Amino acid sequence: MKLTKLAALAVAATIAAGPVLAELVFPSLDYRTGPYAANGIPFADGYADYFALVNARDGGIGGVMTKVVACETGYNTEKGVECYESTKGMGALVYQPLSTGITYQLIPKATADGIPIHSMGYGRTSAANGKVFRNIFNYPANYWNGASIAVNHILDQEGGDIKGKTIALLYHNSAYGKEPIRTLEELSKKHGFKLSLLAVDHPGQEQKSQWLQIRREKPDYVLMWGWGVMNQVAIQEAANIRFPMDKFIGIWWSGSENDVLPAGDKANGYKALNMHNVGSDYPLYDDLKKYVYDAGNAAGAGDQSGTVLYNRGMYAAMLAVEAAKTAQKIHGVADITPAMMRDGMEALVIDEAKMTALGMPNFGPSFSVSCENHGGPGLGAVQQWDAAAKKWTLITDFGPSDMEVIGKLIAEDSAAFAAENNITPGCN
Amino acid sequence: MSANFYYGIEVFLNGMMAGVLYSLVALGFVLIFKASGIFNYAQGVMALFAALTLVGFQNGQIPFSNLINAVFGTNIHYFGWNMPAFLAIICTLVVMIIFAYLVEKYVLKHLVNQEPIILFMATIGLAYFMEGFGDLMWGADIKKLDVGLPQGGNIWLEENTAFLGGPDFYGFYLDNLDMWATVFAGLLVVSLVLFSQYTKTGRALRAVADDHQAALSVGISLRTIWVIVWSIAGFVALVAGIMWGSKSGVQFSLSLIALKALPVLMLGGFTSIPGAIVGGLIIGVGEKMFEFLIGVPFLGGATENWFAYMLALLFLVFRPQGLFGEKIIERV
Amino acid sequence: MLYREAGDYKTSYAKDQQTFPIAFDRWGYRLTIAFAVLVVPFILNDYWTNAVVLPFLIYAIAAIGLNILTGYCGQVSLGSGGFMAVGAYAAYKLMTSFPELNIVFVILLSGGVTALVGMLFGLPSLRIKGFYLAVATLAAQFFLVWLFNKVPWFYNYSASGQISAPERSLFGYAVTGANAHPATSYLFCLGFVFVLAWAARNMTRGANGRKWMAIRDMDIAAEIIGVDPMKAKLTAFGVSSFYIGISGALLFAVYLGAAEVGEAFGIEKSFLILFMVIIGGLGSIFGSFAGAAFMILMPVLLKNIMVGQMGWPTDLASHFQFVIVGGLIIIFLIVEPHGLAQLWRLAKEKLRLWPFPH
Repeated sequence: MKLTKLAALAVAATIAAGPVLAELVFPSLDYRTGPYAANGIPFADGYADYFALVNARDGGIGGVMTKVVACETGYNTEKGVECYESTKGMGALVYQPLSTGITYQLIPKATADGIPIHSMGYGRTSAANGKVFRNIFNYPANYWNGASIAVNHILDQEGGDIKGKTIALLYHNSAYGKEPIRTLEELSKKHGFKLSLLAVDHPGQEQKSQWLQIRREKPDYVLMWGWGVMNQVAIQEAANIRFPMDKFIGIWWSGSENDVLPAGDKANGYKALNMHNVGSDYPLYDDLKKYVYDAGNAAGAGDQSGTVLYNRGMYAAMLAVEAAKTAQKIHGVADITPAMMRDGMEALVIDEAKMTALGMPNFGPSFSVSCENHGGPGLGAVQQWDAAAKKWTLITDFGPSDMEVIGKLIAEDSAAFAAENNITPGCN
Repeated sequence: MSANFYYGIEVFLNGMMAGVLYSLVALGFVLIFKASGIFNYAQGVMALFAALTLVGFQNGQIPFSNLINAVFGTNIHYFGWNMPAFLAIICTLVVMIIFAYLVEKYVLKHLVNQEPIILFMATIGLAYFMEGFGDLMWGADIKKLDVGLPQGGNIWLEENTAFLGGPDFYGFYLDNLDMWATVFAGLLVVSLVLFSQYTKTGRALRAVADDHQAALSVGISLRTIWVIVWSIAGFVALVAGIMWGSKSGVQFSLSLIALKALPVLMLGGFTSIPGAIVGGLIIGVGEKMFEFLIGVPFLGGATENWFAYMLALLFLVFRPQGLFGEKIIERV
Repeated sequence: MLYREAGDYKTSYAKDQQTFPIAFDRWGYRLTIAFAVLVVPFILNDYWTNAVVLPFLIYAIAAIGLNILTGYCGQVSLGSGGFMAVGAYAAYKLMTSFPELNIVFVILLSGGVTALVGMLFGLPSLRIKGFYLAVATLAAQFFLVWLFNKVPWFYNYSASGQISAPERSLFGYAVTGANAHPATSYLFCLGFVFVLAWAARNMTRGANGRKWMAIRDMDIAAEIIGVDPMKAKLTAFGVSSFYIGISGALLFAVYLGAAEVGEAFGIEKSFLILFMVIIGGLGSIFGSFAGAAFMILMPVLLKNIMVGQMGWPTDLASHFQFVIVGGLIIIFLIVEPHGLAQLWRLAKEKLRLWPFPH
């Protein structure tokens, strides 16, 4: 009897959270709690703030107000499913699953429901092949691009020749951490460097063994695919063994303020990849201050503005808004559906003029999406930490990755997925 | 001697240091288990909570500021002071004592005489509670913890041992923080032993550990003892939180260090303080050496997590009560 | 006069031993089953199926499994997450290696594989007892997770180590994959739950169940009266792992559709299932259901109330959720250490005597 009462309450609760009409709904599967909360908060804040700005300044997208529906996943896949199911009925236009596990889960579900997914710089890398993954987008760059961009940066540093050098990959021992291995193996064949793999088990609080090994083997460069506490400990341990920080390069999820601040001054010079620009020196931030912060509408505690992950959330929101605008233009309707949104994402073009008009000059790479390529051009930059100023700066332009190697891997992996799931690849 | 031999020694030494850090967490478990037969799963979260509180005091954070801001629409975060580390540690201790008192008053008192598994579950409930409570109180972001402990490798040692193993050997690497942790762990154990041997409260503690009812009958207040034990465990948690938090910053994952302490407990026995130390050393050295000798060359690494448990399991098959645990006598 | 039996008029052993001696209960049980089969499939939508009902059914199987081991045989295990992973990976390998194999057999075979693995890891229980055993089963948890992550054969050498369930159907209806209708996956799981719960109920009151309970209550005494502890403990581990393996296979194939071992079958899962068993009530099949319902429904309910109804920020809501769930667990243990099942039992006793309690 207790259970029926609980169930009745739950019914009431779900009904109350029912659909709302004439709004463009952008669910945000954020994680402000749990082991990765520190990274989830800034992203979620940035995502929400950008939409708040669009509403306050432009009156929504094409005259239709936007609505961000936040749903807390705690980075947990099962809660992610619950969030997906509870928000999809509200007319959700695009999902940012924000976790590799949730992305994998939603790929078949969202495809069946016809809702697009944008996994920006995470998730299933081979989803870049839009012929197989029609509803999944991972522009502007994915992990395999990241691996290649890091190697390219090393090539630059070494004057183009890294034959005989050793590159160590320190990775989170999970699906996410293992992503770059195959690409790096291919690249090591191509460029003749030696690849050494060091796995760190979840959560990564204890990495003494790995760093002693790095100290013994003295690799020329260390790449890191880390997440959560693993990042902070790795940077601290690297500083402890006095590994040269400018030869230590993290993926974009290992390059936020959270990761370097605990190590203090010794983190100075640490590098990380990024797919967008850093800092708050953009006209957009003036608008944000005027329309959002000063109006008291900032999401969360409002203290994340200008951090790397806040910018990433904002960038993701910007791409979503631009895709929605594109969709409105293609279909000539203001109140678009998820299917239209998908078309908009597939026809998305981001160029410098557009970004400048939005108040974000040089904020990200210029790129365009097509049916064959949902992954964009795979451009990325390298950022470096300045511990004294406590800020990141981009030290390279958005450089290309080795699409020759990656394209082959993407084709291979997506073909395997297509065969396993009886998908006939093709554009419509 | 080849460089590899010396590296083996280096791994061994580092394993001992890591082991000491595990012991620090395990000690908290042992104290509570001995005095009340409770397997306190919340020990890891207590370390997190203590470290959060310490940083909060140091930075002058306003507790529950996010909640207050959300409810009243204010925008407050800091008191605007910077407390010296020592004072902050004292304040944190007071908080931990209050916490111990509350736990006794609202949880333990009502669960006297329950089966161990029920008590265990209650501590898991407590862990959930504190996790949410800590986040509410201090926020979920990563905080830098600095109480003035030295970080980084010991350069003196490194330079003066580099000659040992030829050109491929770079000298022994030992972490300053780990060495301090060893010193603190040593001090902690010595003072705990002195406390339990030579003070009145200490004797009462041991009496309770031996036999609850006999202790009650000679006039020892179980409830006071429990508050004291939980306070001491809170203190141990604080020390563990400082040591681990200095490395990784204070964040949610700090609570997961409990998982590193469990094999130590199994191996050393749930009831023995020296067991926690020796068990920690064996686990630390064992997992690091296994990773060095077998894990990395043959198994692709990242073996430490399960190997610690396997090692403990192996010991248990021969000594089911752990190395130093009280012999389990069963009667029908 | 509803909830009543007047006197003891049982004339056969069968009547004396029935699970629901009171007519009211019997009808309640039949009605629940009929409701679950005939009505629920037609009112289910995606949200209810995927967010509440499927996880509830699947975790109920796992909870029954662990209850057999912990509640009936007294062996505390924290390896459930690892065993669920065995079930999931076995299902994945079977599904991809033998595409023609019927999904029902896939699930059953996965349970069988898990049973073998469970018995292997149950061996230390012959020496190790109590909390030492609980922590020892963590060795299984960590080792299995590491193994499935490390050996590429288990995930068919895919680039990322994720496994995803291909579409399989039963009687022409898809039960796994994204195209499965909520009602079919629901009925599929319900079938397993019904059969397994029925089997568990009967097993636990048969000879085996009595042996397990004897071991639980005092293993030395049990040995003296002729219960072979090795056989009893290992069968308990085997049966329990069979259940847990099936729930792992269903969790992966029907509910999640894709999984990664560290994330989906980590240590949290082991604790979650142990929670269900203890909150629900050790040594009670009904308790397993109640516990699973509590642990699955509670957070969803709290979330919907706090975020959906009261419009709180999601982070505060979920911090509060932790505080409330933790607090409720403690309160439950204080009020009724024997779980929801005991509350139910007490309620029934009271009802039986009402209105003349003396």
